[in-house]
Formats: sequence, structure tokens, C-alpha cells
Amino acid sequence: MISNQAPQRRAPAPADAGAAARAGGSIGARLRGMNVSVLREVALLPVLILLIVVGTVVSPAFFTVSNFAGIGQQSSALGVVVVGESLILLIGGMDLSLESTFGLAPMVAAWLIVPVAAYGAGTDLSPYLGILVLLAVGAVIGLVNGLLIVKGRLNGFIVTLGMTIVLAGLQNGIVKAQSLFNLPYPFGYLGSASYGQLPVSLIVAVVIFVLTGLFLRYHRAGRAIYAVGGNPAAARAAGIKVDRVKIGVYIAGSVLAAIGGLMEAGRVSAVTGQQGYGEGIIFSVFAAAVIGGVSLKGGRGNMVGAASGVILLGIVQDILDLANVSNYWIEAIDGAVILFALFLARIVGGESTAEER
Amino acid sequence: MTSTLVEVAGVEKRFGTTRALRGVDLSIDAGQCLGLVGRNGAGKSTLVSILSGLSEPDAGTVRFGGEPAPRVGDIGRWREWIATVFQHSMIVPYLSVAENVFLGATASVVSWRAMRRSTREIMGEWGLHVAPETPCRDLSVEQLQVVEIARALARGAKCVVLDEPTAALERQASERLFERVRQLTASGVAVLYISHHLEEVFEICQDVAVLRDGELVLSAPTARLSKDDLVAAMVGTAAVDPVVGDTVVADTAATASPTTGPEAPVDGDIAGDPASDGAARGEAVLAVDGLSSHSARGRLSGVSLRVYPGEVVGVTGLLSAGVATIGRVIAGAEAAAGGAVRLRGRRVPTGQRAAAQRAGIGYIPEDRRAEGFVAHLGVAENTTMTITRELSGRLGLLPPRRRAVAAAPFTERLSLVSSGPQQPVAELSGGNQQKVTVARTLAHRPSLIVAITPTRGVDVASKELLLNSLASVAATSGAGVLLCTDELSDLAICDRVLVLVRGEVFTEFSSPPFDRDALILATEGISAPWGDDPQDPPKKSGQTGQGDE
Repeated sequence: MISNQAPQRRAPAPADAGAAARAGGSIGARLRGMNVSVLREVALLPVLILLIVVGTVVSPAFFTVSNFAGIGQQSSALGVVVVGESLILLIGGMDLSLESTFGLAPMVAAWLIVPVAAYGAGTDLSPYLGILVLLAVGAVIGLVNGLLIVKGRLNGFIVTLGMTIVLAGLQNGIVKAQSLFNLPYPFGYLGSASYGQLPVSLIVAVVIFVLTGLFLRYHRAGRAIYAVGGNPAAARAAGIKVDRVKIGVYIAGSVLAAIGGLMEAGRVSAVTGQQGYGEGIIFSVFAAAVIGGVSLKGGRGNMVGAASGVILLGIVQDILDLANVSNYWIEAIDGAVILFALFLARIVGGESTAEER
Repeated sequence: MTSTLVEVAGVEKRFGTTRALRGVDLSIDAGQCLGLVGRNGAGKSTLVSILSGLSEPDAGTVRFGGEPAPRVGDIGRWREWIATVFQHSMIVPYLSVAENVFLGATASVVSWRAMRRSTREIMGEWGLHVAPETPCRDLSVEQLQVVEIARALARGAKCVVLDEPTAALERQASERLFERVRQLTASGVAVLYISHHLEEVFEICQDVAVLRDGELVLSAPTARLSKDDLVAAMVGTAAVDPVVGDTVVADTAATASPTTGPEAPVDGDIAGDPASDGAARGEAVLAVDGLSSHSARGRLSGVSLRVYPGEVVGVTGLLSAGVATIGRVIAGAEAAAGGAVRLRGRRVPTGQRAAAQRAGIGYIPEDRRAEGFVAHLGVAENTTMTITRELSGRLGLLPPRRRAVAAAPFTERLSLVSSGPQQPVAELSGGNQQKVTVARTLAHRPSLIVAITPTRGVDVASKELLLNSLASVAATSGAGVLLCTDELSDLAICDRVLVLVRGEVFTEFSSPPFDRDALILATEGISAPWGDDPQDPPKKSGQTGQGDE
């Protein structure tokens, strides 16, 4: 219906487009292409500005560099997990177990590092090797999830729900529900160090967002992720190895969750039994991604959106802290604000954030 | 037959800057079967959606039985007047026949017994004896269609819109459908019949209306029109050869070469090559031996065939004969139960699409919506989806601009109409969507193209273009083409045609032009009455094709 014009008038159109593309894209075409994506990507900007205004009104401590650095440090761990979950959502999957990987991977690594007296395993592993172990734990969990879902053709929701409970049980089981403190410096560096007021975790999180965003837009494999999520049958018919892409993304998602867990462990200088599953971070992870316009049905969404979702949640959390909201009520208000933000994002973001009817 | 049931006056509809409908007037009487034809993008779907109460016209009125139509969105009241059987099944597969017939139309408290009883009655009237408890996923396409018609009538609709109803039906099922349409009109129901197959319109419609670029350009009794008149009205120029791309198989094959413009010399080469037995052409591009499959789409038992360089080989037969299956297995979309596929002498594993593509097998899938493209991604991205490895740099980087440049020659060659390389394929018309799928296939320069029903749901002019582009790829690049189709008219571009019956090669027609009647008989498993040698059938019979399909 779109191209509904007389054949004589239509003929030049594709030729023009082709010529423009060869000439490096006419300015008009580029602008138009950008306008659409820019509009979609900054859909949350008005909401963010509104929140910043609210925060400034609520507390004089809000609009300060140290507060923003704090928000950045608190949000980076969550942000890295959101990148992982967004990738998995993009291929049309879902992974509830990222929250447990977020806790288990640093727990296993710390357990191998700290001495027996501090409830360690007694291996006294080098902290650098410990970080490798952490990444390997993430990769193995992702691989198992991917194989069960893709090759075993099991439902992703129930597989990762089961996995999340198994992993959280392991996290408590190996240390008999103790918390591990006194983490060596290299292990805690990522979550605790900072350059001046700029936390290293924030820098790393931003780099991960930017690299993933560029990867999704400009890399062959990144585009394959969109194709697989948008229409797996068409992607397969076009010669894309759909299964391989999916399993790869499950692995990448879990590795990112493990990195997020390392940041969190460094930030609080401990790995507790509660980290991840016990805190129930998965709701925030999904909320940030969905508020940022990543579709739960796959194929749609980008890192700019996901990042703004994370920032939005971070600011909301910060305002609630600064406003001295009673601890008894904070969860109810937190949840309600997230639901409201989802609604706002849907209104502002238009069709790109709408679920299909 | 004088009472006007549906009356459309001055209906306009815009989508952005596109005027999809420009003041359309149309009326349908009780007991009338009105054909509605037009090219892809002419406005048929928009008109159907307005008639069905799914979208609101920007201007103009719809009236039922003299009364203004109900409010748009009040679907329940629209269905008392008009119901549409869409091309894409609107059946809930896990619900029973009875539940589907009464979908959304049950009283607050469901009386299962009454529902089953009236379903049984309605279905019996239509000569379809399935138990009302049967889940719809167990029914055939034809049976599902009857369920949809029954649903329309159960709600008392006085007008039924049939949108491309024969697209997924076998020939006999189509004929039974025509019987049902006649039964409908005889009982006073009005039918709006939408089809790309003009011969169907001549067979069952008393009148026909032609849409072109959103305008109603012709409305007349079919008895006073010829097929050429209709094609001319649809295309809008008298210059188009009336034979082009239509049902006259034998004729098209014989005359296509001098009338198809730039492709003419190419086709001439093929037609002029007498060595179509293939032995003289060297090594086969594709060698299939003893292929078998237990596919639900139609079994195969021990099929062997060869495709030589530059050759277009057709495979046809009834839907259940395995025509789509053999295409899918060779393309790697489905695994074989036995047998071997070799491309240029090298064995290709079945069931691995990516491996088959790397070996050089291009694939134009049967259902373009399901497998042909990723709807919300752009034209260029879809076109280059098969060649990302070749396009990307050492780090695997693939800028959008490089995709646009790489896609341009293919989209131009197919005259694909879009607002630019970024336009999502979802926004294109059906014909242009299919061109994206074909462009995607041509892009990786395959040495064999497997095309399954590539012209289904595509208008007359685009059909011709798509088929010619396949033929010209074969002729210019030396690629082989395996055209698996149940549209006999598509076979005009073939050098040889194999007819499958129940998963086996029944016979081979080895030199064009192919006789339409002989092909039809062969698909039914009947040898041509003039003897055992189908390779030299008598020339041309049943050319007009009005009695068939």
C-alpha cells in the first residue's frame, strides 16, 4: 500500500536511492534515517529531565557531582547485567538466571581466593585467576542455558527459572550461607576504585554499553542478532546459523552478568549470599530493558534505550533515598514508579515500545 | 437480485502521503458474486479492511442494506452484515471446529450442545463432515476455509468477502470452493471475490471491478469482457502484451521471448537451445539421487533429478505430492530421510541451510512472510543478509552504507519500489516484499536457485518480472534454477518440467512449450491420452484456461 503510485512515476525511485547510496548516502536520506532512530532513542529524555527536576526540588544534595558519581557507581553493575539481558531479549529469548549468575560467579571466584579461615575453599587462588574463573563460571552457565533452550528445545522461561534457583542454592551451599569479606584488591578494584570522583565501574560500564551498541549496529554478528530475533525462520533461510547465534548470546549474557557481579562485590567489599537472587534484581533488569524500548518479543531495541532505562531506574532509586522515604514503603513506591515509567516510556516512545496486539 | 446489500460511495483513504483509495464507488447486490482484481498495491487490501470494519475511511460512506454502516470497531455489528475470509487463516488452531465457528459469538453462558449441533448442521450443508469436536489444527487448509465461511454465516453475514481464497488450495479443492460460492450466491448471499487469477473471476463472478492506484477504473459484467481487457485495466497501459504472465502456458512459452523487452535475447537463447536433454551441457549443477523424506508437507520416495548449468527445471504436482518438500530438502531447510544431494559433484548435507547456502544453493522459500524477510529491518539489510560475511571487513564490521551500496544493483534489477534502502520491508506491498526475497537470493550469486512458488500472491506484472529475472540469471550466470510450483503458468520459463505424484517422479516434459492439459492430467497421475510419450504432446489446447483451476 505504501508504494502505491503509477508505475511510470515509480521507476526512478529505486535508481535514485541506489545512486544516493553509492554516493555515500545523500544528506537528506541520512538525516531522515537518523531522525527516526534518534527520535526513538531519546524517547526517555523528557522523562529523565523531569526526574532530574524532581530530584533537585526534593533535595539540595541531588544535583551534585558526588551524587551523580554515586548513582553511576550504583547503577553500573545493574547496567552491565541489563546489556546482557538486552542481548538475550533481542534474539527473542529471556534469561531469569542472570540474577543468580550475578551472585554465584563472584561467590565461586571469591571462595577459591580467600583463605579457609574466611570460609574459603583453601585453594588460595590468585585474584587474577579468580577473575578468569568468574568469567568461566558465567560462560558455562550461559552455555548450559543455551544448549537446554536451543538444542533441547525447552522453554526459556522455565529453564532459566529453574536455573536461577539451582544457582542461588549453589551460591549459599558452597559457603554454608556465609558472606565472604576481605577480598584482595585486584578482585575488588573494578567495583571500588575511582579516578578522582569518576568510578572505574562507571567507565567500564559505559565502555561496555558503547562497544555493545556499536557491535549491534556495525558488526555482522550484531546484525545477525536482530535478524534472528526479528524472524528466526527468515534468518535461517538466509543462511544465518540461528542456533549458534542464540547460544553465543546466552553465553555473552551470562558472562556480562558475572562481570556485573564482580562490580557489585567490589562496591560492597564482600560477596554475600544475598547478592543477586536474594535481592531480586531481575525485576530491575527487565524493567530497565523494557523501559528502554527493548521488546520482550525480540528483534527490537538498542543500547541507547537500555542505558537510558538504567539511568532512569538509578535516578528514581536515588531520589527515593534522598527523600527519606520510609524503609517500610520503599519497595512499594519503587515498584510503582517503575510501572509508571513503563507507561510513560510507552506513551513517549510510540509504536516502538508497544507490544503487538 | 435487485436489492443492494453493500454500497460504498466516494471512499478515500490515505496513509501518510500515499492515497491508497481515491473516491471508490462500489455496490454489491444480494446473490451477486463480484470479482475484485488489481495489482499489488492497487488498494484492494485497504478496501477490504474498510469493508470489514477494521479501518475507517478518511472520506466517503459505507452502507449496508440502505442503512449507514455501524461504527468502526463495533465488529460484532459489522459481522451481521459482512464477514471476510482473509488470505491468512484466522483460526485458533487449538480450539475445536465448533468453537472456531462460534468464536466471539457465543452467549454469556456457553451451550456446548447447541453449539455442536448447529456447527454440525452448517458444516453438513457445506458437504464437510468433520466432528465439531475436532481441533482445528487437524484440519486441511480447505477444511479450515470452510470453517471460516461457516463462521461468517453463523453470524448471519449477508455478504462474504473472500480474499485470495484459492491461494493455498489444490485444483480440486478450488473447484469445490467454486461450487460453494455458487451455493452461497444462490441462497442470496453476496460475495466479493478477490483474486490474482483472472480465469477464476471469469468462472464464478457475474461482474468484475478493477482497482488501479486506488481508483476504480473498470466495473462491468464479466460476460462483456475479455481477459485482455482486464489486464489492460489493471496495468493501465495498452502496450502490455495481453499474454504476459498469465495462464496460457503453451502460448507464453512460445511467445515470451520476443515480447519481454530486455530479457528477450536471453530467453531466445534458452528457447533456441535444442540440447535440453542436458548431456551436451557438461556436468550437472545439481544431482539428486534417491531422495526420500517423511515430511508432513508431502513425502518423497526415491526422487532423482539433474539440473544442468543455465537450465530452468520445473517441478510441479499437487500440494501433497512433495513439490515443496523437494525444494526445501535441496535448499537445506529440511533434512532428508535418505538419498543424496550433490552440487557440482560435491555432496551437500541436507537439513543445514547455512551449509547449503555456502555450497552455493540459493533459496526462495514458499512462505515469504514466514521465511522470506525480517519485516522490521530495512530493504538493504534484508537483501544483503545472505552476504554479510563477504561484505564485512576483517573485524566483521559492516556499516549500513556498505549494505545499501551492495543491495542497490539487485533491487534495481528487480525494479523494487521503496522509499530508500532503510525502509522496513513490512511497509512494502506483497510483490515488492517478494522482490526482497529474490534479491536476497540473487545477492549471494548461487550456482543453483531453489524457488518454491515464487509468484504466489504476486500481481501479473511483478510475476512476469520475477520469473524473467530467474530465467535471465540462469542464462547469464550459468546457474541452474529449480522452480517448484503448483502454478502451471510459472512453468513457462522452464526448459524441462518434472511432474511429481505422491512423492515420485511421474513423468518428465522435456521440451517447451508444455501442454497445459497434459500437465494437469499428469499431476493427477494420468498419462496423456494421446500416448505414452509426453515429450511430444500435440500443440496447444485449452489455451484460454477459463475452465481450469
